[in-house]
Amino acid sequence: MNWLIEFFGSAEYWTGDDAIPLRLLQHLEYSFLAFAIAALVAIPLGLLIGHTGRGAVIVVVSANAARALPTLGLLVLVVLLIGVGTLWPVLIPLIALAIPPILVNTYEGIRGADPDLRDAAYGMGLRGSQVLFRALLPVALPLILLGLRLSAITVVATATVAAYVGLGGLGRYIIDGLATKNYAEVFGGAVLVVLLALAVQTLFTLLSRVIVSPGVRQVR
Amino acid sequence: MITFDGVTKRYADGTVAVDDLSLEVPDGAITVFVGPSGCGKTTSLRMINRMIDPTGGRILLDGKDVTAVDPATLRRGIGYVIQQAGLFPHRRIVDNIATVPFLLGWDKKKARARAMELLERVGLDPKMARRYPYQLSGGQQQRVGVARALAADPPVLLMDEPFSAVDPIVRTSLQEELLRLQSELHKTIVFVTHDIDEAVKLGDTVAVLRVGGKLAQVAAPADLLSDPADDFVREFLGRDRGIRRLGFVPAKNLALDPAPEGVTPEGHGTFNPARDSLRAALDAALLSPDGLAVAVDDDGRVLGVVGEAALVGAARG
Amino acid sequence: MDEPLVRWDWIARNWDNGGPTSVKVLLENHIVMAFVPVIAGLLIAIPLGLACARYRWLYQPTVGIMNVVYSLPSLALFSILLSVTGLTQTTVIIPLTLFSLAVLIPAVVDGMQSVPDHVRQSAVAMGFQPMRRLTRVELPIAVPVVLAGLRVAAVSSISLVSVGALIGQGGLGYLFIDGWQRQFYTPIVVGIVLVVALALVADLVIIVAQRLLTPWSRRRA
Repeated sequence: MNWLIEFFGSAEYWTGDDAIPLRLLQHLEYSFLAFAIAALVAIPLGLLIGHTGRGAVIVVVSANAARALPTLGLLVLVVLLIGVGTLWPVLIPLIALAIPPILVNTYEGIRGADPDLRDAAYGMGLRGSQVLFRALLPVALPLILLGLRLSAITVVATATVAAYVGLGGLGRYIIDGLATKNYAEVFGGAVLVVLLALAVQTLFTLLSRVIVSPGVRQVR
Repeated sequence: MITFDGVTKRYADGTVAVDDLSLEVPDGAITVFVGPSGCGKTTSLRMINRMIDPTGGRILLDGKDVTAVDPATLRRGIGYVIQQAGLFPHRRIVDNIATVPFLLGWDKKKARARAMELLERVGLDPKMARRYPYQLSGGQQQRVGVARALAADPPVLLMDEPFSAVDPIVRTSLQEELLRLQSELHKTIVFVTHDIDEAVKLGDTVAVLRVGGKLAQVAAPADLLSDPADDFVREFLGRDRGIRRLGFVPAKNLALDPAPEGVTPEGHGTFNPARDSLRAALDAALLSPDGLAVAVDDDGRVLGVVGEAALVGAARG
Repeated sequence: MDEPLVRWDWIARNWDNGGPTSVKVLLENHIVMAFVPVIAGLLIAIPLGLACARYRWLYQPTVGIMNVVYSLPSLALFSILLSVTGLTQTTVIIPLTLFSLAVLIPAVVDGMQSVPDHVRQSAVAMGFQPMRRLTRVELPIAVPVVLAGLRVAAVSSISLVSVGALIGQGGLGYLFIDGWQRQFYTPIVVGIVLVVALALVADLVIIVAQRLLTPWSRRRA
């Protein structure tokens, strides 16, 4: 508790480079950038693979790789290889880790749709893309949103770790605090990261309430 | 009219699902494809709307080869009902029914009005329109499936085991509903089932297929029951063929004797010669202690009686 | 880049150099910190999962809480626990146990739900007592689903341990810190390869265990 008062009460964390609002904005900016790029890649790819059934191996491999690869190792290796300085070397592993959850769940959502639904849709004369977008996508939406949520959470967490290789954002408090044995700063930063993760979680829960059809929500 | 002209479906692994099928499906009537699993009945049905394309022969719809038509365009003109209904879970019932009209670019208002009309036509409460499929029972979903298939008023309806997944009581009411609808709409219906009783009940024509996709016999139900083409058909029809056939012979030609003194509908089996079959008349005789079936009219007045011997004689034709 | 990705002589010298940062010692630490949470998680998840399967009202809140737990970044949890457990292995083990629980509790519940109702009914009809029915009929049928969850938990746990290196307890994760500070690829590559290899081995062991435990289910997981 004392640490929290020490951290949030200190003027040091409200002005200048280390100001909490600034760090939060940085964190949001990097996270959103990586997340958006990952979604732009993974959703179309997942829809395509799920609908055509071709390339399922990519999905399986990416899911396993994302789970097994150590985040920190990947970050330091990529940044060392490409070079420190700009944002991209850090964004690349962030994006790479954000893709699999979306890809896997989009694929599973389309693939796992009721075969009778697919059959009925084609049987009524919907064309391939209409079957995908009008019948399968709405039914897969809960899973796609789950994938997006898991991905967003991964990005927030990985962006925190990425402070170690020089990325700004809330992870800075933890990494800098550890380096200087300023545990109030570590603790305060960790609390901020937890709050951010919870906010992301809540955002996606609300989002799925709004955009998933009640007819589909009940089924699952 | 739908014409199967030497249609064959052979898969890449060599299995033959349908073998040289030639058959005519008449307009405005129900033609049932029936047979055990693996007889190619569903494959045959699905080749009509190009869900599957044949590997040999042709299917003509009103004289035109279906493979010459773009599949989606073809399908929008053919109603399609499947076993599990396959409703869109994310759309309300009214929009499910209006799917094809929407695809055809109908005005939203007109499409929904049409959907509401069909909802009542298939015997559902208009209040169901705002519900989602999960809120309906299996039987109700199946009615919606039929309504959806009829939405754009297609001349042809394909029904693939539509009533197999519901319980017997619901199935019977759905079957009767279909016959009632058909008496108003006169669609060209191809109906697939593995249930010979359903086939005989619904079909104007019944095509029996055997495993390996070969046509065993095409006939009207009564003819099928009285003259099975071979042992396979005989066995598939099952026992009691003689009795079941009587269900297709009207009782109206029976010669009635005047009712003896004291014979009343009470304590006797009765039948209505104007609507019932010979089977109902025979059943009435068997239920009466004196073996007399009492004929009554729509108002319950006694018209006369028929004895067991006369009924068996009539049954022999 | 004149520095090669892997310098084999470094591996030879540092595999077992006697010190606390020999690769061998780091690997052993890594195994402990990765597996204790999975095993503890499994031991806790089985009774909790059974309770959730038995009392349905428990399920939604439990899964809700587990979803929230799963969303918390590991580094943040390590940092918060620092104030309680200090720079020890426990600081890494506790959050990883929570993550394992978040995967395993739903797996146990799904596993119990994968028992077909007719099987359960016939077990009751044949006179199985509840406890016997659970151990002889329901749990064996639930095994494939639970083990599928266990695979996810184990692989995630192995990879997550390395983040602990940032608070000084990361097993092989130390190699990433070391490589970064000295701008030296070899330890980083060795670390990644060993972590992935460890994950593959664990995955394989669980698959083989499933084959042995449930010889009747030849379905590929």
